Amino acid sequence: MFRIDFNKLRFLVCDDNPHMRRILRTLLHSFGAREVYEAEDGATALEMYSHYVPDIVITDWAMPIFDGLELAQMIRQPDSKGNPYAPIIMLTGHSEKRRVTVARDAGVTEFLAKPISAKGLYQRILNVVANPRPFIKTKTYFGPDRRRNTNSAYMGPERRVGEKHEVLQQPSLLDKARSSI
Amino acid sequence: MAKNSAKDIEVKAFATHQIITQPNPLRKVLRRVEEKDLDDPVGRAEQALAGLAGEFKDWMTSEVNRLSAAYVAIRNDGFTKERRDELFHAAHDIKGDAATFGYPAAAGVAESLCRVIEHAPDLEKVPSELFTHHINAILAIVHENTRLDRISVSAELSRRLRKVADDYLAHVNRDRPEHLEVILAPSIVPVE
Repeated sequence: MFRIDFNKLRFLVCDDNPHMRRILRTLLHSFGAREVYEAEDGATALEMYSHYVPDIVITDWAMPIFDGLELAQMIRQPDSKGNPYAPIIMLTGHSEKRRVTVARDAGVTEFLAKPISAKGLYQRILNVVANPRPFIKTKTYFGPDRRRNTNSAYMGPERRVGEKHEVLQQPSLLDKARSSI
Repeated sequence: MAKNSAKDIEVKAFATHQIITQPNPLRKVLRRVEEKDLDDPVGRAEQALAGLAGEFKDWMTSEVNRLSAAYVAIRNDGFTKERRDELFHAAHDIKGDAATFGYPAAAGVAESLCRVIEHAPDLEKVPSELFTHHINAILAIVHENTRLDRISVSAELSRRLRKVADDYLAHVNRDRPEHLEVILAPSIVPVE
């Protein structure tokens, strides 16, 4: 069995609702987190993301200035100076399947529909910490692999092609971001 | 926190995509514990959440006051994008928060109101009673009697409003299949 040392994790919480931020802060501190930074809109969150380089982002969807979806898209810029790989957990009142798909396609790592529960939040955090997925970069997408499972019954066209691959090394964006603090 | 060095990130380039892998940068925060480990972070968090319960009534009151004010502005001066967005966000926040605050029926009514705002083709043509019944129901659940939320009348009110709203939305969207599909799709939130 695994536990998370929350006191080693740095969180960025982004929600325009002060009550929800208070609840999130309470839950994360109860889990053991010490570093929880809060933003009330997408623009502030992006600024704090660059400044504090959090390990995990928890964001609402509907927010002023720009929303959680746009925040995820801005974080998931493969050529940006910051860290484009941080896990993003979208915590939202939206509860339609199509919203999950849209969030996934924006590079969101985990989706958690409100009402929030301590168990639901803990499970999402445990999942992003213990089971990180590789990142996929295509012409139209950069983010965690959207294929969580292999579906042997899949009958559609294979959209990823190219049997042989070449291995490229690239500088760690995470390192660059950390060293710029 | 744990960092990965440059050489740790591996990029496999294929014809249509790249697969980028790296050692888990958060691996050092994982700690193996005995099965009998008594630490219960979820239980601790639930207790802490319960400790906030004394504030939920005030929080809920401020949420419904915001909703009420948003609708008063529309009733007085009509719909604009800003007023529509404010009404939607106020209802959407109640949809997301009310169950946590102990008012699950209010969350259901707020969800129904969100659906009306999101899927009605012309908000000016929505019967005003559809808005006022939703808002009054939320006000009644929260303001007039907190106990109301715990008894069947509150849940029944929520169900009936949802039925009326869904019938209306199905009718006005009968020629808009993309909206109809969303309206009829089940929620991803399990029904309690």
